[in-house]
Amino acid sequence: MIPAAFEYARASSVEEAAKLLSKYGEDAKVLAGGHSLIPLMRLRLAQPTAIVDINGLKDLDNIKEDGHKLRIGALTRHVTIQNSSVIKEKLPLLAEVAGEVGDNQVRNMGTMGGVIAHADAAGDYPTLALMLDADIVTNQRTIPAREFFKDLFTTSLGPDEIITEVVFPVANGPHKYVKFRRRLFDWAIVGVAAQKINGDWRIGLTNVGPTPVRATAVEEAMHKGAKPEEAAQHASDGLDPAGDLRASPEYKKHLARVLTKRAINQAEGRQ
Amino acid sequence: MKLKVATTVNGRRHEHEVEPRLLLVHHLRDNLGLTGTHIGCDTSQCGACTILVDGKAVKSCTMFAVQAEGKNLQTIEGMAKDGELHPIQQAFWDEHGLQCGYCTPGFIMATAYLLSQNPNPTEDEIRRGLEGNLCRCTGYVNIIKAVQTASKTMSGATGKKATVAAGGN
Repeated sequence: MIPAAFEYARASSVEEAAKLLSKYGEDAKVLAGGHSLIPLMRLRLAQPTAIVDINGLKDLDNIKEDGHKLRIGALTRHVTIQNSSVIKEKLPLLAEVAGEVGDNQVRNMGTMGGVIAHADAAGDYPTLALMLDADIVTNQRTIPAREFFKDLFTTSLGPDEIITEVVFPVANGPHKYVKFRRRLFDWAIVGVAAQKINGDWRIGLTNVGPTPVRATAVEEAMHKGAKPEEAAQHASDGLDPAGDLRASPEYKKHLARVLTKRAINQAEGRQ
Repeated sequence: MKLKVATTVNGRRHEHEVEPRLLLVHHLRDNLGLTGTHIGCDTSQCGACTILVDGKAVKSCTMFAVQAEGKNLQTIEGMAKDGELHPIQQAFWDEHGLQCGYCTPGFIMATAYLLSQNPNPTEDEIRRGLEGNLCRCTGYVNIIKAVQTASKTMSGATGKKATVAAGGN
């Protein structure tokens, strides 16, 4: 289908992109990889009046090591994250997750900043950002991930605010992302990420609510010495997922518990 | 509002004025007459419209033509040279890696990208590498055989394992 007409402008700097967004108003959209935005525009679920293309901002397409942190530029493509030797060594969970996003064609285009800004409940990076206490850096400020994801497709970004980088901690202990889906390139029906960091487990859940969820009850149980299968029973504590075509709320809660157990076991089994 | 878009497609330079909302696949098919790139699903899932943009496999239905400004594109029409099929095309022919053929251009371009990154993929790597392409005839077994055959002939043709294309991350 043909998207509705819009004005198009290429930004040559973050400042110019912000100016263009201010000029066009809140119905303008930033175009990065476009792999969430363009499908929505074709279905006319999104009809931005203007598109600000930031694909020329090569400064945002990089991965930097900064002490015990990794700074991932907003325009870094999934394929770059998946294959980055720095990410594989310092935060292998992120490389693993990047390799599970979409398919080759999607990973060649889709970006870190795009996924975070789009805030799809089934997005994979938001779960990692939340559970690892990542910071989302914009042209205006730094936002902790726990304050960033507000609701379904809703973030704390202002209309002329642009993500420039996402800052993750280094974590290379036991880890696993279990993404449950019908076909390889699908979004997660439910996903569970497990990462051991400084001796404690962090557990994040994908697509069990309007925003990513950190399974703190599981983390606490593991901290107190529970076995993974016992701790995982708490993965659905407090969840109220919406049902959809693929899974009922009860099934999603069941998956959260089962996949949490698998994620912890597989993470430990590997290292 | 129309914008100029200049691209190199299969080695030929083209310049057009296009509406920003024009999808790249429509530009290829309607403005350049390159109808070998197919539109299958219109929802970014099936991969029938896969082409190479600066050597990387991309679904041309999920990119605006204006984003292709200055880019080097390769479509299925650019694969055969001097009347001779590309080894990937020949392998799809020899292994009967197609039934109705609708998805084939997309599969061949996705295979070209896969083999540029990984010249000797295992069966599992082929399946993963082509996960973004759907065959509604479900002819996957022969498609995988075709990729294996292409991999063999291409590495044989260069007399050694082909090296991974530079800049492929």
